[in-house]
Amino acid sequence: MLQESGIPLTLKVREVVDLFRTYYPKPLPTDTVVEIAGLGEFQHRLVSKLSGGQRQRVYFALAICGDPEALFLDEPTVGLDAATRRSFWGQVRQFKKRGKSIVLTTHYLDEADALADRVVVIDHGLIVAEDSPEAIRALVPGKKVSFHSPGISADTFSGLPVEGLVVDASRVSFLTSHPEDVLRTLFGRGAPIADLEVAGAGLEEAVLVLTGGR
Amino acid sequence: MAAEVRLAPLLPMVVAQTRAEFRRLARVPEFTGFGLAFPLILYIFIGLQNGRVAGGDFHKYALASMAAYAVVNIALSSFGITVANERGSRMDALMRATPLRPIAPLVGKTIAAVVFALAALALLYLAGIVLAGISMPLEQWFNLTWRLLLGLIPFICMGFAIGYLAGPSTAVIVVNLVFLPMSFASGIFIPIEALPAFIRDFAPFLPMYHLGHIAWNAVGIPFNDILKSVLWLAGYTAAFLALALWAVSREDDRRFS
Repeated sequence: MLQESGIPLTLKVREVVDLFRTYYPKPLPTDTVVEIAGLGEFQHRLVSKLSGGQRQRVYFALAICGDPEALFLDEPTVGLDAATRRSFWGQVRQFKKRGKSIVLTTHYLDEADALADRVVVIDHGLIVAEDSPEAIRALVPGKKVSFHSPGISADTFSGLPVEGLVVDASRVSFLTSHPEDVLRTLFGRGAPIADLEVAGAGLEEAVLVLTGGR
Repeated sequence: MAAEVRLAPLLPMVVAQTRAEFRRLARVPEFTGFGLAFPLILYIFIGLQNGRVAGGDFHKYALASMAAYAVVNIALSSFGITVANERGSRMDALMRATPLRPIAPLVGKTIAAVVFALAALALLYLAGIVLAGISMPLEQWFNLTWRLLLGLIPFICMGFAIGYLAGPSTAVIVVNLVFLPMSFASGIFIPIEALPAFIRDFAPFLPMYHLGHIAWNAVGIPFNDILKSVLWLAGYTAAFLALALWAVSREDDRRFS
């Protein structure tokens, strides 16, 4: 998928798909491409009249119209709004259902979490983890705790089972498998705690811990 | 251990590419309209006056001249300006990421240019018959047409070279800067003998001058030996083709390696 390139602007969406299909020895049927890439509602519109998100779908359609065994998606949803990103995920899943391999590079870890069977975390060119998203999430403590605490210092946390501690002027956050114990101790040490949030840690937190927060 | 590369059949690729070119022509009316109307307008202003030309009928000379102008205009804009635009919009990057065979868009563009040129010629011929009352044997109409269509070849190569050497914003300027003075100096708008002496000396080195001779000769204005002009155009074809291929390989090194 090559998004930083032009598409023939004087053709309609379906015509571009038909044109690109002739480049491949065993293309997917046009209707299948239109369905997988979700082009249905604008398939008869000129490419020059499309929005950014719609154009993105056309690039995806052109990438799959030759029925490739593997697909490389390099940050395919950069610059797309949340709704468009989610519908794009649906298209990637559709293609995955056909038994194809997809290599997706992304900085959006919710995207990897939502789509991938296997996640490879690369830090400064080195593979630091390689597993299913669930297994990678399990590498770090299960809960993410954050709260507002003006004037608190990192010393307050000495001896506590926390990881990925971040203390800054406005907010404190860390990961832990024992949020109740940690919070009890903090209250006991007299830490001022306001606006408390405890949430399940996602892939993003796991990757931050794996890469040392860089 | 190169994997076996399976390519798609060429014919459907060429057909689809040709269809895409026709759609482009149909959907950019300002481009198509300019290619058809501009030579016609020039013809009405230049070709209908009571001019004189050495060795033959002025009206036939003017029609053949403008026909040559129209054909060259189509070659230079279809291949020069369009190619530069495709590079500017990075459409070429997308095409290169596919197993498209490069010959397919080339053939598609050429077929579209030939049909476009035929339409422009038909309009001019009609204007010549209706407005100037030109009548010539069918053979002369036919000769003029096929000679000019073959004459597309050197100018397609020239267009390609410009399209690959100039940027998308400068290609239009370069084409016009080359094309208009070249047409004047080649005796297309004003008969050669009416041009200043230093231009007359320079004209025989211009490709347009030789296409003009071939066209004038087709309608019975025997200026000189057209074999010489054919050889000149063949030489220009080779030179522009070499320049275009060099520009393409330079592009490969700069952007795609």
